[in-house]
This record gives sequence, structure tokens and C-alpha cells, in this order.
Amino acid sequence: MNLRRFLAVFAARNREFLRDRMALAWNVVLPVLIVIGFAFAFTGDGKALFKVGVYGDAGTTPALLRMKHIQIIPVARLDAAITKVQRHQLDLLLDREKGRYWINDTSANGYILARLLTSRGPAPERQTVSGAPIRYVDWLIPGVLGMNVMFSSLFGVGYVIVRYRKNGVLKRLMATPLTPLEFLSAQVLSRLWLIVLVTSLVYTGTNLLVGFRMYGSYLTLLLVLVVGTLSMISLGLIVAARMSNEEAANGLLNLISWPMMLLSGVWFSLEGSPAIVRQAAQLLPLTHITEAARAVMIDGAGLAQIGWHLAVLLAMSVLFLAVGARWFRWE
Amino acid sequence: MPALLQARGLSKRYPGVEAVKGIDLALEQGVCLGLLGPNGAGKTTTVEMLEGIVTPSGGTILYRGKATGPGFRQEAGIMFQQTSLQDYIRVEEALRLFASFYRRTRPLEELIRRCALEEFLRRDVRHLSGGQRQRLLLAIALVNDPEILFLDEPTTGLDPQSRRNFWDLIDSIKGEGKTVLLTTHYMEEAHALCDRVAIMDHGRIVTAGTPRELLRRHFDSAVITLPQQQLPPSLADRLPFPVHRVEGQAEILSDDLDRDLRLLLDHGVSLHHLQVRSRTLEDLFLELTGRQLRG
Repeated sequence: MNLRRFLAVFAARNREFLRDRMALAWNVVLPVLIVIGFAFAFTGDGKALFKVGVYGDAGTTPALLRMKHIQIIPVARLDAAITKVQRHQLDLLLDREKGRYWINDTSANGYILARLLTSRGPAPERQTVSGAPIRYVDWLIPGVLGMNVMFSSLFGVGYVIVRYRKNGVLKRLMATPLTPLEFLSAQVLSRLWLIVLVTSLVYTGTNLLVGFRMYGSYLTLLLVLVVGTLSMISLGLIVAARMSNEEAANGLLNLISWPMMLLSGVWFSLEGSPAIVRQAAQLLPLTHITEAARAVMIDGAGLAQIGWHLAVLLAMSVLFLAVGARWFRWE
Repeated sequence: MPALLQARGLSKRYPGVEAVKGIDLALEQGVCLGLLGPNGAGKTTTVEMLEGIVTPSGGTILYRGKATGPGFRQEAGIMFQQTSLQDYIRVEEALRLFASFYRRTRPLEELIRRCALEEFLRRDVRHLSGGQRQRLLLAIALVNDPEILFLDEPTTGLDPQSRRNFWDLIDSIKGEGKTVLLTTHYMEEAHALCDRVAIMDHGRIVTAGTPRELLRRHFDSAVITLPQQQLPPSLADRLPFPVHRVEGQAEILSDDLDRDLRLLLDHGVSLHHLQVRSRTLEDLFLELTGRQLRG
């Protein structure tokens, strides 16, 4: 590893990124538009559904609550579920073990459900919490930024390297003393810092416009961003390792990114999805990025709570980088 | 004196094609060797094996008597037939980028002056003309002050003026005692630049030597050219030597001008517009391979 060669490629790649105005504009404009669009489109709570969290045996949920338009969500941890009641993400939380229920005293849905629950027979013990609702846009921003990181990483590294292989840029570099390790690490690190920079700017800019709820530490959020971006770039390297057909690479990258966009809980929560979908989503790096960032922003989660997401993302990065670097061919 | 670069029994098989069929080549220090051949003769595959870009299927390559290792990259200058540089990079940046890869480099100012890059140093490489682009690619190939320079069809697609300028440039580099391997399908180019020539066809070297040697070895003869209508096929068939039809002209290869001109007159052929010229490498090529170079 020769530092001078690494830095030369790193600098050249940075310049390329910053001079490609079109791509840069998409990197910045798209997430901003999505966030602003959703901030205005969903100013109210767009969900018509009532959401009831049930702790304990969900099968014993009172028949009263088992009706259309009421979604029963089994919850594993009471404290996390109470936070959701505070955020208006659950309208009512029922504890079957201790015979209690929680509602948010500022939630109209909670009020209605409570009336329904207590209208007949012995009522569980009422508990209330309070807290402002989480707007959809607050919930959405971690996912949208994560998605932007995904596209910028996968296409910015995967597609670009494939194109460079096809048009002979890599062949010319191969004829010099530059090593694959120097080349690849320059690609990865250049993209990494640029994506972190652009994403931070987009976050700051949209925050000024929309004003997100942020209950956690910015440093922790930055850590999620860095590790998440690394995992996505590494995934892009695998695609870029050998392919020399741009169209095929484009198709493969879409094949990777679209399921992630739909299944990683960017747009809607996976809480009510079948178990198999939720388990499959755990295999996707974007799920971990989105969940970790959301936990930091909305629940104020610290390193301890999101540690496992970070660990998974790091493990994926190491695996993808190893495979991508090992498979890599100039031609 | 041992050759600077030597290949023995070099071959390359691709699925379904044997591109290079066991060739021997020796490149002495300070010599410019021209590899001539039509498209598909195996020139590029041969050069890329020597450059270390393509792995040979068989044979050995020795540089200064040893197998070429990673150090070879430091000493070789390479200009591919087609090269792209990364997008959004400017001429000067591209030079500096490549310069940073090598331990030893030529002073960039000298290189810029020499390859006449001053006028477009800050231009995006995608906006260069064909000639400017080839000069930049040559400058990049020279950036490490290479011992050995590989040029794969460096002037293909250039206009005649740019081509002449490029030849002058390569000539001045030869003047520094650099060793050059050049592929081309322009005979003039081989004549102008090469000390030695090897003619390739169908993956083999058909003949090799200095241009002068080759011509002397293969023919002590001249070419007689007449307008075709003066020598219709009916007449041509009665002549004791073959008549070739090339671009509207009838051509006769002659090793005895006196005898052959008399024969033509005896057969009642008019000698109006007759031309006699010595044979060129192009003729030699045609004779050896039965194909035209540029075909």
C-alpha cells in the first residue's frame, strides 16, 4: 500500500464526484424533495388504522378489539411499547399479564379505543402517558436518507467501476504500478466521506425547512451513517468486482436496491408484516441503517440499544469488502 | 548482446480462437521494432502479453534476462490502442495522477512542452481532438521515463498532419535511445519509424528483419503499373506472368524490366501512362499474406 498512489486516486475520485453536477444534484435534490413532499402531504396522521399493542398472550385479546380497522400488534417489550404510545405510534397498549392498559392523553384514537375497551365488562387498569405525536416525516427521514446512501453507494461505486472496466480506464491503471488494494480503498474512502458529507448537508438543510424531532445524540447518528454507508459501498464492490457489462450491472444493482427500498421499512413500518418478511428484512443492510437511525432520532437510543445494528452492519461490511476485494479483476 | 525483451514460443488461446500461435521475438535495447499485420493478425494480443496485461497460454517472456515481475510496470511505458481516462479529469490532472504512480518520473514541464499539451492543459480530457488525445496518451506513457515503450497503433484514425507530427514526436523519443515496440497497419509508419519489422498474419510471424533487408530478401524486382483498359483480361491471359488488378490498375511484378517491357510491346500492349516503381513493404505484405494491410 503506497500512500502517495492512494491519495492521488482518492483526490482524483473526489474531483470527479464534485464535478459531476448532474449526479451531485440528484444526490442532494431527491432526498430533499421527498422529505419536503411528505412533510406537506402528510401533515395530519395519514393512517386510518387503529393500532393496538398487546403485551402478553395476544390470543386473548378481547373480542371487542378484534374488528376491522384495528390492527393488533404483539409487543415483546413493555417499555419500548410505552414509548410508542407516547409518540402516537400505538394508539393503545394492553398488558394482558397485569391487566393494565395505556393510552396517550393527547390522542383522539386512544380515547376512542379506551372507550371501546371499557364499555363492557370489567375494565383493565387505566394508565396514561403523554407526548407529542411523531409526524410521518420524522419517522420517514432516517429511511429516506438511508435509501439515498444506498443508491449513491451502490451505483456510485458498483456502476462506475463496471463502466471503467468496460471503457478501458481500469486497463490503463492496471498497466501502472497501482495495486488493486490502493485503487479500491481510494474508491471506498472517497465515496464514504463524500456521502457522509452530502447526507449531513441534506439532513441539516431539510432540518432547517421541516424541523425534525431528534431525541438522540448526533454523534451516534453520525456513527450509524458512517458504518451504514461503508456496508453499502462494500456491497457495491462485490457487484463491481468482475462485471464488465454496464446494463447487466445496472440490472443487478436494481435487483439489489429495489427490494431493500421496499422491505427495509423505509416507507412503512414492518411491525404488522408477516414474520418471514421481518426476518428477511434483517438480512438487508438498509433495514439496520433505517432502524438504527430511527431509534436514535425518535427514541433517543444510545450506542447500547443500537449496538447490535452497528455490529451487523460492520460484519456485513467486512464480509462484503473481503469478497469484493478478493474477486476483483482489473479486466 | 542479450535482448532487452525476449519472447519464446509465445501463444495465446481464447475459447475457439488461437490468437497467437507460438512466436519468438527479440527486442534489443534502443531499437524500434514494428509489428505489422492486418486487423486480427494477433498484434495487439502479442503486445499485451509482452506488456503483462494478457496472460500467455504458453511460452516465456524475459525482460533483461529475467521473468517480468511487478518492477516491470515501473519501467514500461504503455499506450493502448484504445484508452479512456476517468470522467471529469483535466489534461494536467491526468498527467499528475499517472506521475504519482511511479518512483521515477520525467519533469512534467518538459513532457508538456514536448508533446505540445500547453494549449489544453486545463481541458477536460473528453473534449480533446483525436490528435490532442493521442499526444496526451503518449505523454502518459512517457511519464515514468520508461526504458521500453509499447505503442499499439498510435496513429490509427489521425489525419495525415497529426500523424506526421506524431511521427516526429516518436522519432525524437527514439533519439533518446528508448526501446520501442510499435504496432501499425500503416507501411509508411513502419518505414518512417522502425529499425526492424516483423510481419504478422494469422497469429504467426511471417517474416522479420530491417525494412531494407526484407525488401532485398523477398524481391529484387519492380512494379509495372498500367491503366487496366490497356490490358484487358483476354490479353493479360496470354502473358507469361501474372497480372494483378489493384484499384483500377493492372500491376505486374517484374524481376527483369527489359524482358518484360519487350514482352508487353510484343503482345501489342500500349505503354502509355506506364509507371515503374520499386516495391514497398505494402507489396511485400500483399505477397506474403495475400491480404491487403488495411482490409
